[in-house]
Amino acid sequence: MIINHPLLGPRDAQEFVYLGDARLIDRPDTMSETALDDFHAYLYLRDNPAGSHRELWYHEQGDRSWLVVTRDTTTHEILHVELASDYAKQRGRDR
Amino acid sequence: MRYSAMRVFWEGLTGHAGWKPAWRNPEPKAEYDYIIIGGGHGLAAAHYLAKTFRKSRIAVLEKGWIGSGNIGRNTTIIRSNYLLDGNEPFYEFALKLWEGLEQDLNYNAMVSQRGVLNLCHSDAQRDAFRRRGNAMILNGADAELLDQRKVREMAPFLDFDNARFPIQGGLLQRRGGTVRHDAVAWGYARSADSHGVDILQNCEVTGMKIVNGEIRGVETNRGYIGAKKVAVAVAGNSSRVMAMAGLRLPIESHVLQAFVSEGLKPVIPGVITFGAGHFYISQSDKGGLVFGGDIDGYNSYAQRGNLPVVEDVLEGGMALMPMIGRARLLRMWGGLMDMSMDGSPVIDRTPIKGLYFNGGWCYGGFKATPASGYALAHLLATDTPHETATAFRLDRFQSGAMIDEKGAGAQPNLH
Repeated sequence: MIINHPLLGPRDAQEFVYLGDARLIDRPDTMSETALDDFHAYLYLRDNPAGSHRELWYHEQGDRSWLVVTRDTTTHEILHVELASDYAKQRGRDR
Repeated sequence: MRYSAMRVFWEGLTGHAGWKPAWRNPEPKAEYDYIIIGGGHGLAAAHYLAKTFRKSRIAVLEKGWIGSGNIGRNTTIIRSNYLLDGNEPFYEFALKLWEGLEQDLNYNAMVSQRGVLNLCHSDAQRDAFRRRGNAMILNGADAELLDQRKVREMAPFLDFDNARFPIQGGLLQRRGGTVRHDAVAWGYARSADSHGVDILQNCEVTGMKIVNGEIRGVETNRGYIGAKKVAVAVAGNSSRVMAMAGLRLPIESHVLQAFVSEGLKPVIPGVITFGAGHFYISQSDKGGLVFGGDIDGYNSYAQRGNLPVVEDVLEGGMALMPMIGRARLLRMWGGLMDMSMDGSPVIDRTPIKGLYFNGGWCYGGFKATPASGYALAHLLATDTPHETATAFRLDRFQSGAMIDEKGAGAQPNLH
C-alpha cells in the first residue's frame, strides 16, 4: 500500500504504524454521567466495517505525523489521506 | 454409511459404486429450533448439539460451500500451550477432543500429534516458558522444557548461533501437532448430517428478525428461516453479521497470511515456532512446508495481504533455518481473523434473547474447533456456559475480567 502523505507525497505503508479506527480522536468526556459506558465503547467496541474505513496511521519512519487515512478494507484501496490535526480541527477540537 | 478398512476393501472389489455423498443438500425448512450461522466452528457445534446434547431441528447456514471459508485458510496446528486460567483448561479440553475426534466422527481427520516446539532465546524467555509449562501441567496438559542440546537433536538444521536470537532451548508440547483442516470440516459436516442436522450451503444471512429484544429468525438469500435460538459463529466476519442485530463488538478483522512451499522430503519434525522472529513452520503430509508469521496489522476483509509482511515472514524463516532459502514457494494466501481486544475469544449470550455469539478467535481458531463447538452446543442446549469456557464473556471488557495472554492491552493488531 502507498499512502499519499499530504506533506511528503507518496510513501510506502511500511514506514507507518497502524493504530485503528479514527474515532479514537473523539475521546469521551471524563466528567460525563455516562463516562463509564462511554469509555468502554471508546476503548473496546469497534464498527469494523467491510468497506470504507477511516483510520489512524502514524508516520514513525518519517516525519512522525499522525494521518487519517480513508481506506477500503475489502480492496486495500486508499481513498483519501489527511493530517489527523486537520481532521480533529474539522471535528471541533482545538488541536 | 460407516467408513472402515473393510468398507474400502469391499468397494475396491465392487468398482467403488457404493459410495454416497457425505452429507445431504436439503432445502431450508420454514423453522428450526436452532440455527447456527457459519460452516466452520458451527459444524462442530451442530455435531455436539445433535449427538452429545441430543437436540433436533438444527440447521447450519454457510454462505459458500463447506470448507470455502476460513476453515480452509489456516495452518492446521493444534496445541494447548496457554498460560492463563481462563484459557488453558479450554484449549486442553480441545486437545483431548482432537485425540478422540476420528473415532467420534468415524472420519480420518489425519490428527497427527507430532509435537509443537516454541523456541527461546534468552534467560528471561526461558523463565517465562518454564512458568507457562508449569501452568499447562497444572491444567492437565503436557509440557517439556528442552535445553539447547535437546533442541539440536530434534532439529539440527536450525541456526543455533544466530547473532540476534541464539537458540537456547524450547518448550515442547508432544501432544500438539497438526490436523487435516478440510477433513475436520467434512468430518463434522458428515457426522452432523447423519444426526439429522440440515446443512444449508450457499445460504448467506442478510438480516435478523428481532422482536422486543428477542430473536425470531434470519433473513437469507434463500428466504426467511424462523428459529428459536440463533448462534453466530462466523469468525472473521463477526462484526458484519452481529451488526445485523445492532451490536458492536470488541473485535477488528485483520488478515493473516500463510505460505506453502513445493513438496519436499520429510525434514521438519512437528511444528516449530520462532516467536521472536514472527515465524512458525510445519511440514504437511504431502511434504510442503507450511509456514506463516504475524498478521498484517491493519483492518482488512480482503483475504489477501501485502508484500512487506511476506518479506518479514521470509526473513524470519531465513534467520531461523537458512536452508529454507532453497525451497520454492508454491502458494500463499490470506485468511480473516477476528482480532479481539484482549486476544481471547468470546462464547456467550448476547443482550438479545435467543442470540448467541461465538467469535473473536484471533489467529487461534483452528485448534479450538472441537471445544469451541462443544462449548457453543453446551451454551445453546443448557443456557449455561461450559465449565472450561466461563471466562469467554462478551461483557468482560466492561467488567474488567480480560484474558490478555500477551499483556498488549486493547490493541488488536498486537495480540
